[in-house]
Amino acid sequence: MLKYLEPSLSAPSSAVRLAKVSRRGFLGTTGAFALAAYAGPALAFDTYATGGSDMPSGLVDNPLIFVSIDADGTVTLVAHRSEMGTGSRTSLPMVMADEMEADWSRVKIVQAPGDEPKYGNQDTDGSRSLRHHVQAARKIGGSVRTMMARAAAAEWGVEPSDVTVEMHEVKGPSGQVLGFGDLAAAAMTQPVPAHEEIAYKSEDQFRYIGKGEVQITDLHDITTGKAVYGADVRLDGMKFAVVARPPVVGGKALSYDASEALAVPGVESVHELPQGGLAMKFAPLGGIAVVASNTWAAIQGREKLKIEWEDGAHGSYSSEPYTAEMIATSEQPGTSARDQGDIDGALAGAARTFTRTYTQAHMAHIPMEPPAAIANHTAEGLEIWAPVQSPYTTRTDVATALELDPAKVTVHVTLLGGGFGRKSKADYVTEAALLSREVGAPVRVQWTREDDVRHSFYHTTSAERIEVALDNADKVTGWLHRSVAPSILSTFAPDEGNVLPLEQSMGMTDLPFDIASIRCESGKAMAHTRIGWFRSVSNIPHAWAIGSFVGELAEELGKDQKTMWLELIGAPRKLDPVTAGLPEGFWNYGESMTEFPIDTGRLANVLTLAADAIGYGKDLPEGEGIGLAVHRSFVTYVACAAHVKVVDGKITVPEMHLAIDCGFAANPERIESQMQGAAVMGMTTALHSGITFENGAVVQSNFYDYDVVRSDNFPRKVVTHIVPHPFSVHATGVGEPGVPPVPPAISNGLFAAIGERRRALPIGVEA
Amino acid sequence: MRVIVNGAEQEMGDDPSMPLLWAIRDIAGLSGTKYGCGVGLCGACTVHIEGKAERACQITLGDVDGKTVTTIEGLDSAGDHRVQAAWRDLSVPQCGFCQAGQIMQAASLLAENPQPSDEEILTAMSGNVCRCGCYQRIVDAVRLASTGI
Repeated sequence: MLKYLEPSLSAPSSAVRLAKVSRRGFLGTTGAFALAAYAGPALAFDTYATGGSDMPSGLVDNPLIFVSIDADGTVTLVAHRSEMGTGSRTSLPMVMADEMEADWSRVKIVQAPGDEPKYGNQDTDGSRSLRHHVQAARKIGGSVRTMMARAAAAEWGVEPSDVTVEMHEVKGPSGQVLGFGDLAAAAMTQPVPAHEEIAYKSEDQFRYIGKGEVQITDLHDITTGKAVYGADVRLDGMKFAVVARPPVVGGKALSYDASEALAVPGVESVHELPQGGLAMKFAPLGGIAVVASNTWAAIQGREKLKIEWEDGAHGSYSSEPYTAEMIATSEQPGTSARDQGDIDGALAGAARTFTRTYTQAHMAHIPMEPPAAIANHTAEGLEIWAPVQSPYTTRTDVATALELDPAKVTVHVTLLGGGFGRKSKADYVTEAALLSREVGAPVRVQWTREDDVRHSFYHTTSAERIEVALDNADKVTGWLHRSVAPSILSTFAPDEGNVLPLEQSMGMTDLPFDIASIRCESGKAMAHTRIGWFRSVSNIPHAWAIGSFVGELAEELGKDQKTMWLELIGAPRKLDPVTAGLPEGFWNYGESMTEFPIDTGRLANVLTLAADAIGYGKDLPEGEGIGLAVHRSFVTYVACAAHVKVVDGKITVPEMHLAIDCGFAANPERIESQMQGAAVMGMTTALHSGITFENGAVVQSNFYDYDVVRSDNFPRKVVTHIVPHPFSVHATGVGEPGVPPVPPAISNGLFAAIGERRRALPIGVEA
Repeated sequence: MRVIVNGAEQEMGDDPSMPLLWAIRDIAGLSGTKYGCGVGLCGACTVHIEGKAERACQITLGDVDGKTVTTIEGLDSAGDHRVQAAWRDLSVPQCGFCQAGQIMQAASLLAENPQPSDEEILTAMSGNVCRCGCYQRIVDAVRLASTGI
């Protein structure tokens, strides 16, 4: 039944290693079965509430918006979420097609432009595409199947219950057969059924859902160079632009001399862009733009610009003293964000206390595709082609920047060559729009890699101090976590140095440990660069600190890591927000605590799965060790077991197991690929990713000094374990939650290998 | 400058200092070859020059005047080079942006060394960055293209 997940329903707590299936001939192998259109309400899936309805523009499940069918039977499905590598552009249409009984080989996918009133929320981040939209996708598919059956029944003068729908065909009781194409016109004018009227498939009737055998829709185009990313759109008469941006956020050009730049063959014009800064949302940073007849000329022209910059208020931002300041702040009481029990009493009455402090440097996302956008401003309006995670926000932001009616702005979404949160902030699109208006022609703005590394919306930097109270039996009776980090809020509003509850909720205040007294505090930290969200967001520093601390505490108390984790997690239970002392405004990733609870049983389960799968506790040669970490983020549970081996003084990871509980697994093959990717990005975060500032400017510039894990040293064998669940266990999301447990697991593994503890991310490549 | 791109002679303008990458993208209008770093450290712009993998951002038009350049669009007329087929069999890509460069690098490796060891694959592919982290499948796909296994 479920090739990837067998045995599934009978053994909900046992994970099965993903079978390595040949993906050749993935279509046409499913056995034929007929599906009654009206089998009764017993097959209807129980709907449940998600945060999707609370997102801007909410959810749309109208099949007439998402589905069109041609007379030749081609089913065209709209992908309204952006594709940046997670596979949602395939997975959501796949769910629609399955529930519709459409033949996947006759399905075409078109990408929606930015239009949330029409399609519902399109903000592709927060690991939300499947979590929020999988029910709507089933409803859309089921609606069309029902409409097909009704149209055929009317045509044949029979009851809809006598009609079956199977693989793009509708069959009548006397052997009548009509294809989807034959019925398209009549079916799509049928009334759209209510949820209760739809006989949804039972899970054993799924052809594509849960199987992991549908290849991503862009696979052929990607492997042949035909896939279209942001910089690949070409318009007649298009100009090519690069921008010299102020090295320090909020800075501006006091003066500039463009004469040599304009002398470069191909350079056509030079323009000053409006000044940017903090608290300006996604507005461009400003600077001087060079417009040319090709990208190379523009780049050369930029090099010839002579600009005198004024740095502004953030010109003294330097990472080393700033980190020391954050650590000092973490030594002082902060603002309480969670208060359970009596932490002061626990610490005062402790037999002893144990304290450690961890730090993380800023990170830049560096998607393989640096930001790029094409804009064409005309008298009629503005047309955009861009790789953006949030096309509707892009549309409204650009309209605001150019003082245009958003109705006159069209945002076409290309494929994204990676996003990781960077492409939620469309400053690069606004640059292209401003320049197109200036020059009166289509303009493509290309960011160089140096631009991308130096002018990002950076992952925050942080200091995390954890102090525990221990009783005479070495039981942890109190947990005090102080976090100090500049906030994402500073990108949106004047900075007061305080983080948002949303940031605290991501891996700090949601601590799932069974400890009598828990307090989480935040200290003030002012932002001096643009802080933005990076895949997994605050979960990275929080999981880094908590995961490393558990490893250190295990060592301190003479326990193994697995025992220590399980002891702290405690018995299976669902965290009660009241007794846990969770604050008002606690953010459960936008989900209710009843539908998506914090379940310590599921947390402990993935830890045990990963630890047992790697053989935690086995004897290893000198210089090798296994590290464990587990973390719940984006309402998904992921554990990492990392086998670390020091080879010629370098940290290597020959084997890693990631166990994930993401509820119902709609597309296990893409879940596996996201876990493989999380292993790599997690190792890059652990070993490499450090953006540092000196005098307000970013020190790093390109892969020279901001390198990533490569094929000569990546987690060589990553094994993904997916906890199987029926559809009733709500699908969560997989884009982000894989990353947070990886860095602490690697660091714990390094300690197990050589007895050396690292407390600052990145820990470096040397053992 | 004239370059034979995917079998056809292409006029590339008169600036010998222009990196081949930008000439391929902006003058020849072939967008499969990607810009990723501009300094030869990511491999996204990998093409074949006289059959051998090179970083197009590090080669100038002056270097290739009159030479033969193959981009991802010209690797196989039907897009069915065994490396491309292996990439599809194993569903290698995530975002896909780096994959043309990866495929061109792998095709060049196998042309020179039809049966590379795993170590040889890892080394040969180490100049091609994948930020999504598809390395495990990349290595498996190179091996599949090489051995059929």
